[in-house]
Amino acid sequence: MVLAIEAQALTRVFGGKKSKEPLVALDRADLQIEEGELFGLLGPNGAGKTTLIKILATLLLPTSGSVRVLGHDVVTEAQAIRPRINMVSGGETSGYGLLTVKENLWMFSQFYGIPSVEARQRIDDLLTVFELSDKANAKVRTISTGQRQKMNVARGFVTDPDLIFLDEPTLGLDVNASFAIRNYIRQWVKHKGKTVLLTTHYMQEADDLCDRVAVIDHGRILACAEPAKLKRGLQRDVTFTIVTTPFPEAAGVGALPGVKGFVNEFVNDGTELRLVLEEESVIADVVSYITSRQAKVLSLTKTMPTLEDVFIELVGRGLQ
Amino acid sequence: MIDWRLELRAVKGRAYPRIIGAWREPSWVLFDIFLPLLGIAAFIFYYRSMGAPEVFTGFVVLGGAMTAFWLNVLWSMATQFYWEKETGNLQLYLLAPMSRMSVLAGMALGGMFFTTVRAASTFVLGFFIFGVALQVSNILGLVAVFLITLIALYGMGMMFASLYMLYGRGAYNVSSLAQEPIYLVSGFYFPVKELGFWVAAGASIVPITLGLDAMRQLLFSESSVNPFLPWTIELLINCFLAVFFILLARRSLHYMEYLGKREGRLTLRWQ
Repeated sequence: MVLAIEAQALTRVFGGKKSKEPLVALDRADLQIEEGELFGLLGPNGAGKTTLIKILATLLLPTSGSVRVLGHDVVTEAQAIRPRINMVSGGETSGYGLLTVKENLWMFSQFYGIPSVEARQRIDDLLTVFELSDKANAKVRTISTGQRQKMNVARGFVTDPDLIFLDEPTLGLDVNASFAIRNYIRQWVKHKGKTVLLTTHYMQEADDLCDRVAVIDHGRILACAEPAKLKRGLQRDVTFTIVTTPFPEAAGVGALPGVKGFVNEFVNDGTELRLVLEEESVIADVVSYITSRQAKVLSLTKTMPTLEDVFIELVGRGLQ
Repeated sequence: MIDWRLELRAVKGRAYPRIIGAWREPSWVLFDIFLPLLGIAAFIFYYRSMGAPEVFTGFVVLGGAMTAFWLNVLWSMATQFYWEKETGNLQLYLLAPMSRMSVLAGMALGGMFFTTVRAASTFVLGFFIFGVALQVSNILGLVAVFLITLIALYGMGMMFASLYMLYGRGAYNVSSLAQEPIYLVSGFYFPVKELGFWVAAGASIVPITLGLDAMRQLLFSESSVNPFLPWTIELLINCFLAVFFILLARRSLHYMEYLGKREGRLTLRWQ
């Protein structure tokens, strides 16, 4: 296993001088991200996500602890890391409004020493992927916020980094633009074997994209695993919703073995039963009970815990 | 080991917006050529009404043209990192593998190129409108003095830029404070020697002081210039200042970046 990122007991404290209270932005955080992994970092505002990314991107020094990025120490070997990484933040206003989209991307590519011919080819490809080709020669100050954010994402990829930090890259984008970006990220990791560290406020995005996610709050990493594993960890019970034809003996379902919780209510011309079962096989007994009372099952839905449920369980509150 | 191809590309990349961007906003013709001519005219008419020697007209036109460089260094070079930080560009520069000196060199070259166009326009227009009599004694010497003065001046701008990287708004006030006094003590519109030896010597830390004095000697008849020092000495001092400021800028930039990373002041909190 080759690690792209390895942080041990990483701590960052801001302030603390004069009368200011010190702010612990990262508190002994441990993190390991493999090369070729699409890793998500979830946390509410002020949880320490951006601080962690800035340390990994060599823009901030840790107060204590150790961090290696692509095999190099971020404090003493930053120069070896920089050619191989890039970063994109949501809502970025970087670049120059007087330059065109293409010129801005070219300019940033020059800071990585990419030959102009190669840079222009990459820029054309990225503008096509992000459906920005028609804006290639538009001045940046004239394009929309969404188009600007797509340009920012293209800027991150134009240097073809081995590791990219995406700090809420789809913030404020419409559905189509977000889809295009997510799709590109997915393909980029899959085909090139590169590494992505993504922070997002959109749980579905993390769930769809990430191989693994970490939940961070108050600077501490509370959990770190595959999204499905995190959800399974929460899945202490199995929940079903059944809608039947009118069913007077519905209360009897609650007495069946293995049914831990039961709620029934009349809906339209039928009955809705919400069941919490000890295990999934119990549902067969429930359906048998219903059909033996001459009622019909109109629909049966198994409800699963979402990543958001995991987040709420761990952090104690929602993302916002 | 320095990757020169990377550094040269970075210089080119950062110079580009200055060169191209300025051409796309032609309003500079009004603000940077015609309006300064009004200021120049005021000094010239004042000198003429006082019966000052005609060579003073040339001094004012030269000083007016070189003002463009001083303002460019002060507001587009030294303060630039403050704006870059505000727009989020600074963190992208610091994230990139290039030397920070290449960013500054790109800013300086882009600024020098375009400001030279503006300064030359002011000089040529002033020359024709006010009938300046030139007596160029050493064209190569003049070119050398001009270029070395610019390198030293922009080197000073680089050094100030590193301060802005960290101190932002606070350093901004220093530029405001520096702007007007430098016009006076550097002798933009009169021979600096008139201020006395010690004031002129003190003002020589700003490379444009000696640069202007040397150019006056090389552009106008020697007998009427009242030089502070021989132009060759002034050229040598500015050579030293160029090296001094660039090395100091490099060191200062390195230190300020370290300090900024330690204190978390290189990037905006929301970014």
